[in-house]
Amino acid sequence: MAVTPARRKSPRRAQIEAAALYPLDWLEERSGLVGAIKYFLFRRVPRDTSWAQTLGSASLTAFLVQAITGVILAFYYKPDPDKAYESIQIITNDLTLGWLVRGMHRWGASVFIILMFLHMARVFLYGAYKYPRELNWIVGVLLLTLGMAEGFTGYLLPWDQTAYWATVVGININGTAPFLGPFIAQFLQGGAAIGSDTLSKFYSIHMLVLPGAIAGLIGLHLYLVIRLGVTSPPWSPTEAGRERAPEPPSTNGREGLIRPSGRGGSNGE
Amino acid sequence: MSSQGEKPHVPPPSLWPIGFAVGIACILIGLVVSWPVAAVGAAIAIAFGFLWIRDVTGSVREPVQAVEPETRRVADTGGAPKALEGREAMPPMSEEEIAAYPRSTFLSAATLGLGGVIGGIITVPVLGFAVLPSFTNQKDQSVELGPLENFAEGQFVIATYLEDFEIGEVTRRTVFVRNNGLLEDQPSFTILFSRCVHLGCPVQPNGLVYDEQKKTVGEKRVDLTPSLVTGFGCPCHGGQYDTEGNRTAGPPVRALDRAEFSIRDGKLWLGQFYSVGNVESTGARARIKKYDHATPGVHVDGPEAWLYPVEVPG
Ligand code: HEM
Ligand code: FES
Repeated sequence: MAVTPARRKSPRRAQIEAAALYPLDWLEERSGLVGAIKYFLFRRVPRDTSWAQTLGSASLTAFLVQAITGVILAFYYKPDPDKAYESIQIITNDLTLGWLVRGMHRWGASVFIILMFLHMARVFLYGAYKYPRELNWIVGVLLLTLGMAEGFTGYLLPWDQTAYWATVVGININGTAPFLGPFIAQFLQGGAAIGSDTLSKFYSIHMLVLPGAIAGLIGLHLYLVIRLGVTSPPWSPTEAGRERAPEPPSTNGREGLIRPSGRGGSNGE
Repeated sequence: MSSQGEKPHVPPPSLWPIGFAVGIACILIGLVVSWPVAAVGAAIAIAFGFLWIRDVTGSVREPVQAVEPETRRVADTGGAPKALEGREAMPPMSEEEIAAYPRSTFLSAATLGLGGVIGGIITVPVLGFAVLPSFTNQKDQSVELGPLENFAEGQFVIATYLEDFEIGEVTRRTVFVRNNGLLEDQPSFTILFSRCVHLGCPVQPNGLVYDEQKKTVGEKRVDLTPSLVTGFGCPCHGGQYDTEGNRTAGPPVRALDRAEFSIRDGKLWLGQFYSVGNVESTGARARIKKYDHATPGVHVDGPEAWLYPVEVPG
């Protein structure tokens, strides 16, 4: 109800603005997506959220970096026992900026895992896994597991000695699981021993199965974050999960002017 | 919390799925172990599956009987209903009748059921293709290691070969072959597989390796390198083995795997691998506790072996 005298826009300016907004309006009218994104970006969060709550978004960014650099690496990588090592050498040494994209993907993998752990630590320390957010914790655990499986399957792809023997050991660790272990190991290596199918199987899991599953689960994770809201820290003076209490009316000699309490109300309406 | 007359929101859990799962498990185990077990499993699965389906569709089937009075009543109003206009054209239904006519319930059940069948028809073969090739048609290895003269008595020869020549380098394997001389006029060989039985790294010979005496024999181009070996050591986590393959230190859980052998036309042929609990005595007189070839890290004897009851086919 603020009556700031709106400065008249020149008709030309109004026209340009309308033209610029037209595509957005078109989209909004047909999908509601603009409103949804606005809701997502400008939703209410507790007052005392801090940098700690950005670790989830940081994990998301790391995942997106992995997805994009991974797609580009796949342009040049060849998942064939005779060519894999060589194609990695070509990416690193010959192709323009290949070293950079491969480096981003390789180091980014560790960053992604570390960020997930830091994010998990913040959720744990803030008690943010408690009712009603248990399900989101479980989704998070799945994301962590799938993220580590990405690390395991991706490690084989350079197809050098470290990659090969680390994977042999990793597969055989799976093989020692009780009852089904030997079956899991044989499934992973695609036969009684590591062979030509192992590499392409790991490649397929690494670039199709797991990223798809992770992307889907991130969607669910974020849906739950939006639906349930972000937890304020345990030391927060305001109660978590409640609407903010109305501002205490200031009473410096103007009692008569106090408005009935409403939402917010401190921004000089 | 329960107020009077309030029905529970969900039906009580049914136990049939458990029986069904047991049946499926029997089928799967039976496929590996023996056909009769699979047949019993199939019978169990079908029986419990039927009971389960009957259980879950109960809510759909039973109310359908209540449909009858409704259709009757329409007919009983005297021949064809008069062509009335507006709301009257449709005789008002009582609440009970509306509830008694769960066409939508039937349709959603049918949609789900059909969708499930279609999904199953597509998924089952695809899943089968994803899993089964790793377990079926595994080739038996049989590699010629060359003439017997290359194996001096009492000495380990390191033999490196390609298990599958077509596939190439990725199937390169190494075995340590020792000629134990004759036992009751029969030749005796000890053939140890280099795959560490901790977690599968390649064990290395401890001692002298005469690289300059390396030979390549046969059309499969097997490399033979004589050596003077005092034991074997694993580079990954330090597992150590003696010359019979028994573990002497480190994390491995059994003795090194061995291979069977045969002699054809004066040439040594490598046969199937097998796993070994442990070996008593040495050389030709060794008494070997022999088991089916097992995954590294898996116990083949003792109570720990109970954790791996089902053998992997292939
Ligand atoms: C792919 C990895 C992950 C991504 C992209 C991701 C993303 C996010 C984002 C953007 C948030 C919003 C709040 C914040 O940033 O702190 C969040 C919250 C949450 N995350 Fe994750 N997360 C991931 C992994 C995990 C893991 C491993 C766990 C724990 C096992 C977890 C459990 C939670 C929980 C319980 C919340 C709600 C916290 C609250 O309401 O304050 N997440 N996540
Ligand atoms: S793999 Fe040989 S000691 Fe671990």
